[in-house]
Formats: sequence, C-alpha cells, structure tokens
Amino acid sequence: MAEPLLEIRGLKTHFSTDDGMVQAVDGVDITIGRGETVGVVGESGCGKTVTALSVLKLIAMPPGKIVAGEVLYQGRNLVPLGADEMDRIRAKDIAMVFQEPMTSLNPVYTVGEQIAEVLRRHEGLSRRDAAEKTIEMLRLVQIPNPDRRLNDYPHQFSGGMRQRVMIAMALSCSPKLLIADEPTTALDVTIQAQILELLADMKSRFGMAIMLITHAMGVVAETAQRVVVMYAGKVIEEAPVDALFANPRHPYTQGLIRSIPRIDTAATQKARLEAIPGVVPSLLNPPPGCRFAPRCRYAMAKCREAVPPLREVGGGHKVACVLVEPALEMAGR
Amino acid sequence: MDGSIPASRSAELAAPARPARHYSPWLDAWRRFRRHRLAVASLVILGLMIAAILLAPFIWGLAINDIDFTARLKGPSWQHPFGTDDLGQDLLARMLYGGRISIAVGLAAMVVAIVVGTIIGAVAGMSRGWVGPALMWLTDLFLSLPTLPLLLLVIYLFRDALKSMFGPEGGVFVLIVVVIGGLRWMPAARLVRAQFLSLREKEFVEAARALGASKLRQVVRHILPNALGPVIVAATIDVAAAIIAESTLSFLGLGFPPDIPTWGRILFDAKDYLDIAPYWALFPGAAIFLTVLSINFIGDGLRDALDPRKVM
Repeated sequence: MAEPLLEIRGLKTHFSTDDGMVQAVDGVDITIGRGETVGVVGESGCGKTVTALSVLKLIAMPPGKIVAGEVLYQGRNLVPLGADEMDRIRAKDIAMVFQEPMTSLNPVYTVGEQIAEVLRRHEGLSRRDAAEKTIEMLRLVQIPNPDRRLNDYPHQFSGGMRQRVMIAMALSCSPKLLIADEPTTALDVTIQAQILELLADMKSRFGMAIMLITHAMGVVAETAQRVVVMYAGKVIEEAPVDALFANPRHPYTQGLIRSIPRIDTAATQKARLEAIPGVVPSLLNPPPGCRFAPRCRYAMAKCREAVPPLREVGGGHKVACVLVEPALEMAGR
Repeated sequence: MDGSIPASRSAELAAPARPARHYSPWLDAWRRFRRHRLAVASLVILGLMIAAILLAPFIWGLAINDIDFTARLKGPSWQHPFGTDDLGQDLLARMLYGGRISIAVGLAAMVVAIVVGTIIGAVAGMSRGWVGPALMWLTDLFLSLPTLPLLLLVIYLFRDALKSMFGPEGGVFVLIVVVIGGLRWMPAARLVRAQFLSLREKEFVEAARALGASKLRQVVRHILPNALGPVIVAATIDVAAAIIAESTLSFLGLGFPPDIPTWGRILFDAKDYLDIAPYWALFPGAAIFLTVLSINFIGDGLRDALDPRKVM
C-alpha cells in the first residue's frame, strides 16, 4: 500500500444527549494512502458521516466530542488542533463534498463569488486572479459557458450542476484528500454516473486521495480501490474492492452484497430481494459483544461476550468476526 | 448544426442579447427593487419629504417661532399653507423644522435597536453553551420591563449630564435615540437568534466550515445575509415605533424642549384644539403616517430586492 496520507486510529466520537452518551463512532481505524480511493460503506446511522466530520473536526461540539483516538494527516494529529489551524487545513489539505447539493451552496451569493472566496482566502489570490481560476475550475468540472454561469445564483443550477460546483469549490485549492460524503445520493442515476466519472477524472488530474462515503455498493465497486465496511460505529471489514465483492467474510458484508438487486438472478429465479432482518441497534446502549450479533444468522453465545477484534486474514483483508479464522501466519504468532 | 439555417440564425440572435443579462449584484438588486411599484413610489415620497426638510430654510421663509396673535388658529391659506397654531406660528415652517428631528430620531434609534439586537441575537444564535440562554433571559428581562416608566426614569437621571456634554439639543437627541433604541432591540434580537439557529445548521454553512471559513466569516458572510430579510422588515417597523415613541416623550414633556417642534410635539399640542382646528393635528399626523408607511414599503421592496432567489 502507498504511504499513508491519513490514518484514523481508534477514533471515538460520542454525542451527549438527554438520554445519555451516543457512541456514534466507537473505535474506528481507517488508513488512506496517497492518491487512493477508499470507499466507506454501511447503512444509515452506522457512523460513516460522523467519522468523516470528525476528520475535519466539523462535529458540533457540544454535544459531540472526540473522546479518544488520533487523526493523523501526514503524520500530524489533527484532534488537538485549534480552530485557526483547522481552518487552514480545511480546503487546502482536506476538502469535503456534501450529500445535498441543493442546499450546500449559499443562496445569496453567485457561484462564482463562492468559489472565488475560497481561492482568495486560502491561496491569497487577487480578485481578478481568483475570477480567472474560478472560470478554469468551472470549466474543469464541465459546466458549459463557465464565464457566464459564474454570475448565476445557485437556484439557477440543477442538482447535478450544483454538485459540480461543489466539487469545483472543494478542489479549487488542490487538496490532497477529498472527503465525498454520499456525493451522488441526492442525484438521479444518470447524473450519479456523470458525477462519479467527474470525480475519477478529477482524481487522475489532481492525484488526490478520495474518501468516498456511500451506502451504494455499486458506487463503491466502480470507484474505490479499497473498501471499509462500517456497522454501528465500528469497522467490521476492510478489504481491497475485488476481494470484498468476491469473498465477503463478515456476515453483515455478505448480507449487504446479497441485498444488491441483481438483474440476472431476478429475471430467471423470481427470487425475492434479500434483506438483512432487523435494524441498526441503538448506539445509546450498544449490546455487549459483536454489535451485529442480534441480526446475525450465525450468531452464537461467544458473539455476545466480547467485541471481536479486526483481524487480518491475508492480502489486506481484515474482518472482525469470530467465525473467521485469522490467517495462518498471524495465528502462528 | 452548422448547416441548418434556422439554428444558426437563432444562435446569432441570441448571442448579442445574452451578455446584457449580467449585472453586478447591486444593479441586480436595484432591478428587483424597481419592480416593486409601491416601494419605488414610497422611495420618491420619502425622498421628497427629506429633501423638503433639508432645504426648508431655502424654500419657506417664515420662521418657526414668529408669534402673530392676529393670525392664531387660521386654517390653511396661501400665506400659511398648513395653517397656524394657537400662537399664530406658521405650521408649515414648524413641521419642516420638526421633521428633521423626527426622522433623524426614527432612523438613528432604529440603527441602535437593530445593531444591538443583531449582535445579541447573533451571539445567542451561534452559541452552543450557556451564553445563548443567558442572553435570551436578558432579552426576556428587557421585554418584561415597563418601557414608559423606565424611559422617564432614565431621561430624568441623565438629561442634565448629557445636556452639558452635547448641548441642549444634542444631549436630548443622543439620550432619546439611545433610550428608544436601547429599549427596542429585543424583537430584533429574538428574530435574529431564531434565524441563526436554523441557518447555522444549514448545509451551506457546514460546507463553508468544511472549506475553512472561520466562525466570524461564517456569521458575517454566510449566515447574516440570509437572515437579513426579516431584520429589514423589523427595522422599518422600528423607525415607525421610534418616531411615535419620541412623540410620546415630547408629549410628556421629557423629549425635546417645547420650543423644538417635532412632529409628535405638534400633534400633542394640537389635541386640545381638535374641534376648532383639526388641520393642526392632521398635518403632522399625516406626515408621521406617510413617513412610516413609505419606510415600511421601502423595507418590503428591499427585502425582495436583496433576495436573489426572487425571479425577475
């Protein structure tokens, strides 16, 4: 694997609510190499977004709090940094694209002003230079007539176009890491494909790493090199994309992959689409042991005793499940 | 497409027309404002009134305090277009002079109220700890104070000190503006806080934060402009309320000295003669009414003009 750009180690982000501590992210380890695309998947409420927001320290504090762990960006821990230092890292080193392109742009400024603002602040460009760079960025994300669209307001753009603007804005300072939090969820399928293609294109152009958060397995299969599967605030499986789809080891991952609608089997076998029974457990008082145990078809007594650790099973494939025997060389140690 | 004649012709027609579509944001706002007919009419009326007030000494020669008992309580005539009061003083001259103070008090008190209210509301709306609730308690506390007795007390206590500092007229002006503004910031603070509470969670603010905008920058550039609409409307209402509050104070003898004929003062002087000289109350009343109404319409127009989502 390439030299790590971002290392999340043992990250725990908790939210204090009236009912108690919600352990939204509970000991997550994710490593992202330079120029690598890592997909983070899992169902709603599993802590994907909170993990991403914790990296940039965008969690509302209070009620949120990073209670433990480190976020090493190029070897530097971001967790203890102050607001000013974080402001300098945001956009310039790590940028983020959000899920909702319809509301992620400020409605009272033209898109040109919004992109130029980022450029002027972080790159110290003059008004004129920033305007030029803005046009260039809009052209890069394939917005037609960028020199004219520059003066339009967000409401004059369609959803896909706005997401392009968001991407242009995020990439304007050439960050080394782009966190894309479900960038295509709010868009229709054809536009989704276009945006994913655009992200891939931008990646090859700028060479940045991407942390792609999504719940669509298809998106991950197409774009990511490595996949991290999260469940209830924990990483339960991590593998290169091919290995994960060919040989999912964790029952949850298996369930996720089985629940992808398939055009070939559906037509021939009239099979019902498989779903994982049950819902994500409350993170307020998570069950002891494996958090997936209550929904797991293979669950046994052992599962409910202790949280199974994430163990390497070979070839960069890590699983946190008692069913999976660790790779031989690991076991021999 | 090149070969088809109609397509290329329409392209030619469209091309020169398009660049004209783009204006600076301010010009854009002006274009939207102009579509609001009432607002434009109000702007003209208010402009005329302010011009008349400022140019009064040059256009109307009569003094405000020329007492002429032969002409007391005369109705409108060519000599005295707005009539005269019980001392035979020319009402037009008095109103032109008093209008300066009434409008200045209204605008200045509005600025004080809105600035204080916006700052307090913004701080309360952004804070996630105890500061926000504490500021709201303060706001509620101020709201629960009986305004008039407090006004009277403050003016009674500080009038002389301020008079010696800023002179008799300036001192009272500063005092009245601060007192009226200082007791009217609460609605603005609540309004701004409510707007901030909802706006600060909006995705575009989070996006700005993700792109490294500092807290101050988020507030000033991203949240405040989006909260401006209701604040502008509140501001116009505050102008009206301040003009009326000043009238009340004048009536109670705690505003400007009686020889300074603010509109409120004239109105209250006229109340004893309503049956024999209704015009005396009518003209200052109409002036206050027109000012307040036109400022409200202008506020309405401004709110629409400053919202780029309004389609032209």
